[in-house]
Amino acid sequence: MYNPFSLEGKTILVTGASSGIGKATAIECSKMGARVIITGRNEIRLQETYNNLEKADHLMIVSDLSDDIGIKNIISQLPVLDGVVHCAGITNNLPFQFASREKLDEIMIVNFYAPVEITRQAIKTKKINKNSSIVFISSISGVFTSSVALSIYSASKGALNGLIKGLALDMAIKGIRVNSVNPGVVETNIFHSGVITDDQLEVEKKRYPLKRFGQPEEIAFAAIYLLSDASKWVTGTNLLIDGGFTLQ
Amino acid sequence: MELKDFIQKFAEQFEETAIELFKAETVFKNLPEWSSLTALSIIAMVDEEMEKRVTGADIRNSATIEDLYQLVLSK
Repeated sequence: MYNPFSLEGKTILVTGASSGIGKATAIECSKMGARVIITGRNEIRLQETYNNLEKADHLMIVSDLSDDIGIKNIISQLPVLDGVVHCAGITNNLPFQFASREKLDEIMIVNFYAPVEITRQAIKTKKINKNSSIVFISSISGVFTSSVALSIYSASKGALNGLIKGLALDMAIKGIRVNSVNPGVVETNIFHSGVITDDQLEVEKKRYPLKRFGQPEEIAFAAIYLLSDASKWVTGTNLLIDGGFTLQ
Repeated sequence: MELKDFIQKFAEQFEETAIELFKAETVFKNLPEWSSLTALSIIAMVDEEMEKRVTGADIRNSATIEDLYQLVLSK
């Protein structure tokens, strides 16, 4: 069957695959025919994702990306890849005066340093094939917009945005494409700490022209497009998916 | 942290509300300056000063400053 979005024959690394966008991306990639390598911190939840993958021969690596040992652990087990989707991410709704170096580091380590270092080591050790695709799950925040108490989260995503542009140029000679997906608020457990109440989330939801938050699969589909040969001429771009939020 | 210090730290998260309006029995959500950003500042202040995690629901369930103080102590 004709399908330019197929991932058949491709091996894809998905980080942050134990929940949310990462989980959906891993599962949807497997449905599109990819062999998927999933990583996450929580073994039980990662196993649940693994159990939901279609077909066999996938690989799961339990690892914490916030330190060098965790990153080395992943790199050492990686097969040669045709694609990467960096989904691991955290947020912190912190008014700026409380954004201490410690809090900033917490966010930057997971949202920026870890994906940068995994990408760098994977490229250096030739674990990324020619004509591969690297996708960063970024955000509307820090690239197109921001919100109250989101300064350091926005900074981490803005930093990724700069990286993507330069990295896309550096990798062009290898035919490796580098892009981001920039979602608005997606229904995940990223707000599970309870700092933001359900009532506040309901109010936020109404600010979206399409009157709802995104579903994790809707972000996974964008990642699939960027991983597939359908986007062979797309590099260095930010794919905005926000239910119309940034139109206003 | 003593209650009086908590009240002072609580007051510091406001810009325009007169300091004498902050008492143990102040119903803080009735203060005109109260907003969702103030709530986030209170949560961050408690984390920074007392190393305790309070949630938006904890704030909602507390009427007075002392209610919130006691709730934090119970964590």
